[in-house]
Amino acid sequence: MRWMWVDRFTEFVSGSHARGLKNIALDEDVLDDYCPGFPYLPPTLIIEGMAQIGGILVAEMFDWDKRVVLAKVGKAEFFAPARPGDQLQYHVKIDSAQENGATAIGTSHCNGVLQANIDLMFAFLEDGRFADGPLFKPGDLATMLRLMDLFQVAVDSDGKPIEISDKL
Amino acid sequence: MTASSEEVFEKVQAALVDALGVDDDEVTPGATLVGDLGAESIDFLDIVFKLEKAFGISIPREDLSPEDILTNSQFVQGGMVTAEGMSKLKARMPWADLSKFEKNPRVQDFSNLLTVQDMCNYVQTKIGD
Repeated sequence: MRWMWVDRFTEFVSGSHARGLKNIALDEDVLDDYCPGFPYLPPTLIIEGMAQIGGILVAEMFDWDKRVVLAKVGKAEFFAPARPGDQLQYHVKIDSAQENGATAIGTSHCNGVLQANIDLMFAFLEDGRFADGPLFKPGDLATMLRLMDLFQVAVDSDGKPIEISDKL
Repeated sequence: MTASSEEVFEKVQAALVDALGVDDDEVTPGATLVGDLGAESIDFLDIVFKLEKAFGISIPREDLSPEDILTNSQFVQGGMVTAEGMSKLKARMPWADLSKFEKNPRVQDFSNLLTVQDMCNYVQTKIGD
């Protein structure tokens, strides 16, 4: 299984916010066992999708030099199940960032209606904590971000397109 | 307690309730963050973010985590903070009540030192009251 819980980036402004889409399809294995007879995307994977957007926002903000991990979900409220055929529109905004980590606020909408909102906290792994070296093999993250159309929409704070970094 | 220190306490209390998922009445001035309120290391980062936002301050990492002192062999011997190390800690953290820790300054006990009142005192030094 690919661990990608965002299908496509639709907006990305460096150091600020990003938007992404997640389509829910009945052929996704993950829908099978969570609630048999009533398939819907597990809320934890909605958190994961927004965390992926937020983590990429934070990592890009620090020029891909930090090993960014989701450290804490401060709040997660869900108002409706995400069912097959639904399209979730994620919006994640960086709330604060400093040398050790960052916080972000995420919302998920479906058909214009608020489906979920969450507070996320990211930490930066120090060398020697859990694993040494980069979290991704060379090129893997760049490939994943290309698949998600990140570089089609990503701009810096002046609105200039963001190039694919050599660090990816 | 003056009006402003009450205000500080209320904001610190709200930050801790939010970060640690504890009840208001558990966050008393004497409660320790780790032992009484169950804070884990990652929670301190969360608390820092919440206090920075609530008070509009910046909290450098070394202010609340004097790891550079506690891992320096000049200041720690046999797992105990030396007199020189205690002086360093007091200079770094004048807002913290180190009197209990000083009686038996085992490094491993340091993480359970900080109380809610210490955090209030720290914030007061940052906002200049």
